[in-house]
Amino acid sequence: MPELIEKVEIKVTVNGKAHSLSVEPRTLLVELIRETLDLTGTHVGCDTTYCGACTVLMNGAAVKSCTIFAVQADGAEIMTVEGLEKDGQLHPIQKAFGDAYGLQCGYCTPGLMLSTAQLLARNTQPTEKEMRKAIAGNTCRCTGYQNILKAIQIAAQNIRGA
Amino acid sequence: MLSELGEEAKLLAGGQSLIPLMKLRYANPSHLVDLNFIAGTSYIKDENGALRFGALTRHAEIEASPVASRIPVIHDCAAGIADVQVRNRGTIGGSLAEADPSGDWATVLMTLQTEVRCQTKKGDRRLQLTDFIKDAYTTALAHDELVSEVSVKTPPPGSGGAYLAVKRSAPVYPTASAAVQLTMEGDVCKDAAIALGCVGLTAIKAKDAEAALRGQLVNEKTIAAAVEGARADADPQSDMRGSADYKRTLAGSLVKRAIEIAVRRARGERVEAGHIYA
Repeated sequence: MPELIEKVEIKVTVNGKAHSLSVEPRTLLVELIRETLDLTGTHVGCDTTYCGACTVLMNGAAVKSCTIFAVQADGAEIMTVEGLEKDGQLHPIQKAFGDAYGLQCGYCTPGLMLSTAQLLARNTQPTEKEMRKAIAGNTCRCTGYQNILKAIQIAAQNIRGA
Repeated sequence: MLSELGEEAKLLAGGQSLIPLMKLRYANPSHLVDLNFIAGTSYIKDENGALRFGALTRHAEIEASPVASRIPVIHDCAAGIADVQVRNRGTIGGSLAEADPSGDWATVLMTLQTEVRCQTKKGDRRLQLTDFIKDAYTTALAHDELVSEVSVKTPPPGSGGAYLAVKRSAPVYPTASAAVQLTMEGDVCKDAAIALGCVGLTAIKAKDAEAALRGQLVNEKTIAAAVEGARADADPQSDMRGSADYKRTLAGSLVKRAIEIAVRRARGERVEAGHIYA
């Protein structure tokens, strides 16, 4: 019989909604997001801190949610891809990824959009080098990066214009 | 707490190495003590001729800090470790305490006067970085001791440094890296500190490379001698990142480029340096 693991109470805000949850200390943040909160837009690609498919924002900073324990998010504000749209309207980043064909299979896209969200929250006029650096931790295996970079550029323009 | 939990307990800093190691079952700690909720462990201070970093200062905080950029190699390093997501979590203290032979910080900080403050319940001690790192994944830390601060002496006027690391993609460790810190008087190198990363069980102080420059005019000939010295000082292993020969050659080439950038920076030029990846 596996040892019964004592659960820990945490409070975490996900996409603006406050949750009080009881989690095992070994639970990863991505497991909490996907399995407990049923927000399956956050993907697990490699589970080895490489691919960035699980990227979410934690207090505004892009992090790999497969490499943080859920208990470490106690008191934090998390944003997942589901938190980007507002009132049924796509976020400018989401719209730009669609408009620029910045995705093909879509598996890496949620992570890429959240890395883009951190970049554009701090810098709405990124150079190409800054854009490349911002998404260096997100691996895409089908579309390639040209359209993704175009999408980030369009998103930046839209956010500046908004 | 660590002294009560015993030797199998581990400290959790940024977790960007420890959590992946636990998933692979390479690390199997009995307890994890999360340091992230302790206030006052993340700071960058410029005091009494030294930069002091709280152990839990994230790479991203160092990257964004104008104070930390006063020592350019520190910015070179912080801005290119892994990727944005890892830099947002990973810490300078955690990186040194893990002592991965491919880690960036030890290589860079070995070219500066770096002290690691180690703390237990009973008190603290300050170790030179070279005494702190014992071997691959092995430091002088006792099981109930932690790194609380990393302090780096500001180099004297006329100094310039550069850190270069080549990696196959952003999230991985470099294949080879080189840090150079020179103190110049005109075209003469008064002092040189050169360290190599990923080409030995720890970061390596390239003593032959340093000797080739110290007290010499820095020119094509002395740089070539330093490169030869660095290649002799390197002790790489062949692995998936490249053959030992390739890494030795690469380390020498990085030393050459880093010396050239260090000289220009010592003159006050602004030159970019850091991680190079496809």
